[in-house]
Amino acid sequence: MKIRATQAIMECLLEQEVDTVFGYPGGTILNVYDELYNYKDKIHHVLTSHEQGAAHAADGYARSTGKVGVCFATSGPGATNLTTGIATAYMDSSPVVFITCNVTEPLLGKDSFQEVDITGIAMPITKATYLVRDPQTIPDVMRQAFAVAATGRPGPVLIDFLKNVTAPNVEIDYEFVPWTKNRSCGSIRALATSHELKAPEPNLGDIDTLVQMISQSERPMLICGGGVVRGRAHQQFRTFAEKLDAPVAITVMGGGGFPGGHPLTTGMVGMHGSQASNVACNECDLLIAVGCRFSDRVALQPESFASQAKIVQIDIDRSEIDKNVLTDHHIIGSAKRVLELLNQRLPQYSHPEWKERILPLREPSIPRDSERLTPKQVLEVIRRLAPQDTIVATDVGQHQMWSIQHFHFDYPGQLLTSGGFGTMGFGLGAAIGAKTGNPDKVVVHTTGDGCFRMNCNELATVEHYHLPIITVVFNNGTLGMVRQWQHLIYHERYSETTLDRGPDFVKLAEAYGLKGFRVTSRLEMEEAFSQALEAGCGCVLDCHLDMDEMVRPMVAGGAHITDFLLK
Amino acid sequence: MKQTISVLVENQAGVLNRITGLFSRRAFNIESLAVGVTDDPTVSRITIIVDSGNNMVEQVEKQLNKLIEVIKVRTLEETNLIGRELMILKVNANNKTRQDIMTICEIMGAKVDDISPTSMTLELSAEPDRLDTFQAMMRPFSILEVARTGVIAVQKGGGKI
Repeated sequence: MKIRATQAIMECLLEQEVDTVFGYPGGTILNVYDELYNYKDKIHHVLTSHEQGAAHAADGYARSTGKVGVCFATSGPGATNLTTGIATAYMDSSPVVFITCNVTEPLLGKDSFQEVDITGIAMPITKATYLVRDPQTIPDVMRQAFAVAATGRPGPVLIDFLKNVTAPNVEIDYEFVPWTKNRSCGSIRALATSHELKAPEPNLGDIDTLVQMISQSERPMLICGGGVVRGRAHQQFRTFAEKLDAPVAITVMGGGGFPGGHPLTTGMVGMHGSQASNVACNECDLLIAVGCRFSDRVALQPESFASQAKIVQIDIDRSEIDKNVLTDHHIIGSAKRVLELLNQRLPQYSHPEWKERILPLREPSIPRDSERLTPKQVLEVIRRLAPQDTIVATDVGQHQMWSIQHFHFDYPGQLLTSGGFGTMGFGLGAAIGAKTGNPDKVVVHTTGDGCFRMNCNELATVEHYHLPIITVVFNNGTLGMVRQWQHLIYHERYSETTLDRGPDFVKLAEAYGLKGFRVTSRLEMEEAFSQALEAGCGCVLDCHLDMDEMVRPMVAGGAHITDFLLK
Repeated sequence: MKQTISVLVENQAGVLNRITGLFSRRAFNIESLAVGVTDDPTVSRITIIVDSGNNMVEQVEKQLNKLIEVIKVRTLEETNLIGRELMILKVNANNKTRQDIMTICEIMGAKVDDISPTSMTLELSAEPDRLDTFQAMMRPFSILEVARTGVIAVQKGGGKI
């Protein structure tokens, strides 16, 4: 069947069951948007204020729904505005297909208006990039891009179409192939043999070795990493942890992989990890990390990390094995499949003495009484009033660590945070994506005054699409995390971190047609948050906090994991 | 320790860029890199020599394997490979020195590609060590220019990657 090239792009999106796209139009992508006009009943397009917001929204949509996110942008500045969003998705293994258009073939390479080599720029921050010069290859490239983004270790992919490829008079051969069947067409077939476009099947010998190691261990410990979340392996992980009867530390990316309120949880591990998690890492005799790459924020000092333990790594990506920390054993495969196989083979263990050593080290969470509103009070109110399945999107910094320490996440996609790349300004876009993909859930966006100022332009998107997202600004008038380092390590030389400036976030919210609340006490917080839950529109809670609040505990970068700088 | 990695890749624009980009991004040092099309015109072979520990070579191999355009990666064992490099060397030569240069060329098995009243252009294909020796022997005559291709290699015997 002959159809327009742009029609083929839309049909390929429908093949993948895409019903939502985030993006921003422009000169070179006009033909695609013109076609989208024909498909507006089937594909819901969310127009953001800025391409970066669209990129984060597609990412947040992917993380919260488990589907592949899709984002459109034009050439040149439109494409480069995506890059922070692409890198954010790449570092946290989030599957997003970014579609950009470039100038027409004769203008390519001539430094034409709004021309940029985006496939070159995106190369180190994507799983694959495609520059499409031949319209006949559209179906093949689209199918391959989605397959690559979603399979194995997920991640972003970028497709750059030349404008002439999308011209309205260009027609190509196209047959509809549902995504479940398209693995056998075109170039994906060859790719499936060279790259195994599916999760590698775990080696049973490796599984048996680990079963043996577990039987010999007296002090086992688990780390729940982002792989558990991306692989949606939370149920298998829970069974595994309960069978082992071992303490479970959760990384930032692992939030939602294991219930935060479970009796075996020791909370976060690493730089801002709990004492229980960090001491357990140091004293265990067997450490099993699932879907965790031992980043420098977890294994602060790789040589001394878990020095008494045999370290076992379970990961879908072979290149993560022994990259940061040398392991004693590893299993390659998806977290879900590996844990299923392990659970079938494991008896019920019991480690009362070991648990007795570790679990009491968890900090009691008694809110400090204070004249001024504290971060803990803010979080405590949210936790008490919001439904348990509330999705939390964070930005980056102190409020991020506080949010992750304080909330209990029970399922994958409940916590949306930029763990790997640490992107300030990620939260609001991610919240828009999450609310669009999960209209029945409450979405709370926690942010700092520094982060919020970066991408608060997306409040226009919140208003336009009637997304009742609750933004809670931890407004301490400073870049809190950087100030904390300056306080502890740079002898209180607060260089350029004080944000003694506007805007008034309440007025800003109102200017965007949303509701704003100024919060200075626990009581005001309760009132404002209750109203926000009922408001039915986007709300901004401007919570005024002391600038010297710190994230505790803290271990300095590169230091031994139990060498707490702050307790 | 020097190690030889042989990589089969799709013969497309941008693939070499992707591979060299990976090396710089991951802070891997390349000693040499040679690329050329194989018997199958859609596939190129890249031969990379890296000088580093086993752990890093393992990482290089794993990271290369992740690239979509990479079809196969294999680290060739030093004792089980045939590796050759081509060198073209231009050296000062006159009536007095020409005969000495010719003698060395004969010993080393180098070919004379071009000659002028003041210079000779020589060609030698051999293992890199042998090229180093040849280059050292030519140095006293004053070398004008050297071009080396970097090593290409395949494994011995009937096997292929």
